[in-house]
Amino acid sequence: MQYSTIERRKECKKEQKPNRNDEVRQTPSMEERIVGTVQRVNGPVVGAKGITNAVMLEMVRVGEMRIVGEIIKIKGSTAIVQVYEDTTGISPGENIYGSGMPMSVELGPGLIGTIYDGIQRPLESIYAMSQEYIERGINLPSLARDKTWDFIPASVSTGTIVREGEIIGTCQETSQILHKILVPPGIEGTLTYIAEEGSYTVTDVIAKVLPKVSNAAGGASKGAAPEEKELTMMQTWAIRKARPTAERLPLGKPLVSGQRVIDTLFPLAKGGTVVIPGGFGTGKTMIQHAIAKWCDADIIVYIGCGERGNEMTDVLTEFPKLIDPRTGQSLMNRTILIANTSNMPVSAREASIYTGVTLAEYYRDQGYDVAVMADSTSRWAEALRELSGRMEEMPAEEGFPAYLPTRIAEFYERAGYMRLLSGEEGSVSIIGAVSPPGGDFSEPVTQHTRRFVRCFWGLDRQLANARHYPAISWLESYSEYMEDLLPWWEQKLGFQREKDRTEMMELLHREVRLQQVVKLVGPDALPDSQRFIIEVCTVFKNAFLQQNAFDDIDRYSTLEKQTRMLALILLYWRRGQDAIKKGITIVRVRKMRALQDVIKMKFTIGNDQMELFDKLEARLERGFDQLESLYV
Amino acid sequence: MSNQKPNQMAHKIKKKLLSSREYIGVDQLDGPLVFVKKTHPVGYRELVECVDSTGHVRLGLVLDTSEDVVVVQVFEGTSGMSLPETRVRFMGEPLKLSVSKRMLGRVFNGLGQPVDGGPQPIGDLDLDVNGKPINPTAREYPRDFIQTGISVIDGMNTLIRGQKLPIFSGNGLPHNELAAQIARQARIKGEDTEFAVVFAAMGVKHDVARYFIQSFEETGVIDNVALFLSLADDPSIERLITPRCALTLAEHLAFNEDMHVLVIMTDMSNYCESLREISTLRGEIPSRKGYPGYLYSDLAELYERSGMLKGFKGSITQLPILTMPSDDISHPIPDLTGYITEGQIVFERDMNGRGIYPPVAGLPSLSRLMKDGIGENMTREDHPHLASQLFAAYSYVKDVRNLASVIGEEELTPLDHQYMEFGETFERIFISQHKGENRTIEQTLDLGWEALSLLPVEELHRVTEEEIETYYGRIAEKDYDRIGNTK
Repeated sequence: MQYSTIERRKECKKEQKPNRNDEVRQTPSMEERIVGTVQRVNGPVVGAKGITNAVMLEMVRVGEMRIVGEIIKIKGSTAIVQVYEDTTGISPGENIYGSGMPMSVELGPGLIGTIYDGIQRPLESIYAMSQEYIERGINLPSLARDKTWDFIPASVSTGTIVREGEIIGTCQETSQILHKILVPPGIEGTLTYIAEEGSYTVTDVIAKVLPKVSNAAGGASKGAAPEEKELTMMQTWAIRKARPTAERLPLGKPLVSGQRVIDTLFPLAKGGTVVIPGGFGTGKTMIQHAIAKWCDADIIVYIGCGERGNEMTDVLTEFPKLIDPRTGQSLMNRTILIANTSNMPVSAREASIYTGVTLAEYYRDQGYDVAVMADSTSRWAEALRELSGRMEEMPAEEGFPAYLPTRIAEFYERAGYMRLLSGEEGSVSIIGAVSPPGGDFSEPVTQHTRRFVRCFWGLDRQLANARHYPAISWLESYSEYMEDLLPWWEQKLGFQREKDRTEMMELLHREVRLQQVVKLVGPDALPDSQRFIIEVCTVFKNAFLQQNAFDDIDRYSTLEKQTRMLALILLYWRRGQDAIKKGITIVRVRKMRALQDVIKMKFTIGNDQMELFDKLEARLERGFDQLESLYV
Repeated sequence: MSNQKPNQMAHKIKKKLLSSREYIGVDQLDGPLVFVKKTHPVGYRELVECVDSTGHVRLGLVLDTSEDVVVVQVFEGTSGMSLPETRVRFMGEPLKLSVSKRMLGRVFNGLGQPVDGGPQPIGDLDLDVNGKPINPTAREYPRDFIQTGISVIDGMNTLIRGQKLPIFSGNGLPHNELAAQIARQARIKGEDTEFAVVFAAMGVKHDVARYFIQSFEETGVIDNVALFLSLADDPSIERLITPRCALTLAEHLAFNEDMHVLVIMTDMSNYCESLREISTLRGEIPSRKGYPGYLYSDLAELYERSGMLKGFKGSITQLPILTMPSDDISHPIPDLTGYITEGQIVFERDMNGRGIYPPVAGLPSLSRLMKDGIGENMTREDHPHLASQLFAAYSYVKDVRNLASVIGEEELTPLDHQYMEFGETFERIFISQHKGENRTIEQTLDLGWEALSLLPVEELHRVTEEEIETYYGRIAEKDYDRIGNTK
């Protein structure tokens, strides 16, 4: 749907061009209530006075431009408002209008395949209003109000009690995502009405609930007769508050990414958290993109937080064309994008990761496995720093506010594998990139993030310079989920895999020590048996760890392919070691024809051609047999 | 419908009326900052005119506004201003630049006023110099290959139309020569269109500015160039506006006049220093090396004003130049730039010393948009694999060289000797070229294969069998002209 609008726009662009400086604005739909006036403007931080009945974290609109902000401090009759748009031209004395709501997002069908900015404004719709540039004060609904969805009621009948988080109906959001309509958290009571199957917009009432009197959530109405609550397919939720679940479950399933170095050496669990730190040009975004494309989550929320505009455009142009190998559908059918690029207002960048994770939690509550990519959390931390500086708070390390670790922890703790209120299970996994200044991992954001995540994929500048991608360092990285996932691996792929993995890791560590020797005295000084370790590790790095994201076959490897590839390389190691012990020189082992095929197997053997591995294995064995019969 | 629209109009008119007020006398002068107390409500980032006792008008910008005091940053500095005699006018709107196509071929100061003796060009549109963020959905993903005629860029760090690719250089390195050469030679393969050049100089020396003007004049492109010069002896604060003026013109040319614009900004380090100066004066909490915490966002506001838009013919390609303080790439300026731009071209002092021009360090240089702009139908089908193989091999060369410096070249294995030879050849025939030499992409790729052919076939893991079949070892036989490479 969204692409057709663009096509249309292209055609009529010429006529529309003179209009681009026009101010197109819609009337704000919320109730207007003046809560105070502007006292001081300092970048995105606005001081307010004469505050009457504002609430902490309330969403407000500032000045005649009606630009969006949030109250973050109240002191007596003064308050500090963090403004999510450029404050140019705002002057003291202008009014501040309250909304009575905290900073919230709209949740409902229509989120998938859409691109939002940091405060959930639909960028496609803004563009469709003939604006190449994002004007200020735009107030568009996040979910299209005129689009209808085919609602199918669940098997709940009127008169029964419904609880928060319960599924009362479904609608097909995209061809692969069945959107479940939930009773919003905090509502519990007797179902008095449920709509029949049919087409409804997100604002049409599809159910009515008479709340129980004793319900804690309806505290205000205690004593009075409970008012009937009307439910629509849409609900709102405050972004800074985690959505409720029944309980946290232990993690035991991997989030399969199709990237060999990740799945085999440093796997991530569904519901887990990982941080990817790396200097510029080491490929953080490439890894995030690769995982967003190929991982086996049901829904992807990709947050471009303070990064390049063209990267988001890349996702927007590439994802609709790519086909998900598991469902055969376009990847855009499972992706939500939050784009708050580096030149968009700084405070919306601060909000963007909360917006993203709230959307993720909403789909988790429907029983899906959701993966959140946050690229990059350093930009978010920098936004915190900037705002903190403007508020003249006492800084801690490198100018960052002292509450930075708390905020990081709060964010990553919103991940998890949960038993939901509906009784089903769902998960949110968070994959956060960190951009440490100068590539130095000892800086505060990397260090604090490491404390709160259990998986670490450190990117190495040396590897990136040699164009070894993904440049995940096998020495610095770790995954604490290894143990948790072991039963799953053993059940699916047998016991040998874990043994192979351990053996390979040991070889990689031995190679580092040997390389130090080589750097001092040259490779000739080592005996063949030790040179062969270096040789096997080189093969492993070229044939296994490096993965070409642009190659049609290599960009994604199934677990089975990964296991077979690892087994083959270790076969080469074991047989080669034997051969060398028997006196065959390393040069002869290296010259074997089958070895070239092993090195190129990632490009030549497709994910559905496992029988070719049997053949290659046989050839490698035969090669060694021949070598041994000739030279021993 | 609410009464919002008339409200806004009234608000605007009120502001316009208030802007005719003039305040006589200011309350504090501190470096380039002017503090004015007890004013009418003044908008954030509003344009300010300060008139000193001689009647000279200086432009400024509101940095902080509150009911008690307004802080104004004056671009020309405050020297010669006095507290009682300075008159201040708040203009009620942000700083705007009057832009038109007629600005090409002209020279302006850092604020967009002509300094070449000619009259102020008549503007078509008045645009806010701060620009507005481009909606990511409105962007067109850049994928048109720009042939610069420089092998190390075309072959290994390809420049794409709409890209922002900075040059990380150091003092005394030939970054100006390279930028001028790119500006002269840049062409779209298969198209005849020339680039319009918008040149923003921030705190550069007069000689450097003259070098660029001369170089543009000699090749006759000067009519297609607009220069914004804020030279080393101009007030440092003016530099904060210079790139914004230049980019505002570039946006006009690209998106209203359908032109392809190349923006050269030099030297970004001076820009960042001016930013630090202001930040320190305002007593803000510094982050790294005294630079303000918002340096990243501020740089992004400049760099992100490049690219292509859907439905528009024009484009903005940025080529910012920055000198790394003491050649340190982890210094905040190159570091933050690298996080925003789409790659970087890094200069190496050692290569410059060895007489290699351009002294582009092979490994740390990178073009992020390269992957989508090269290959079949764009450059040549072997380009992606060839570039990847050259990177891999050259990276190994660096390892071998380190090893050789410890154990001596004689101790190297025969294979490592071959790599050493490859490295030398690669630097001599591929990277190195003449300052006026303009190579086609085919010549560049052939030179790459010529160097690769010094390595045994088994070492080439990143190219396909077919490519080896077609190109490996064949280049020497091919009849082609190697201009100026035979030393």
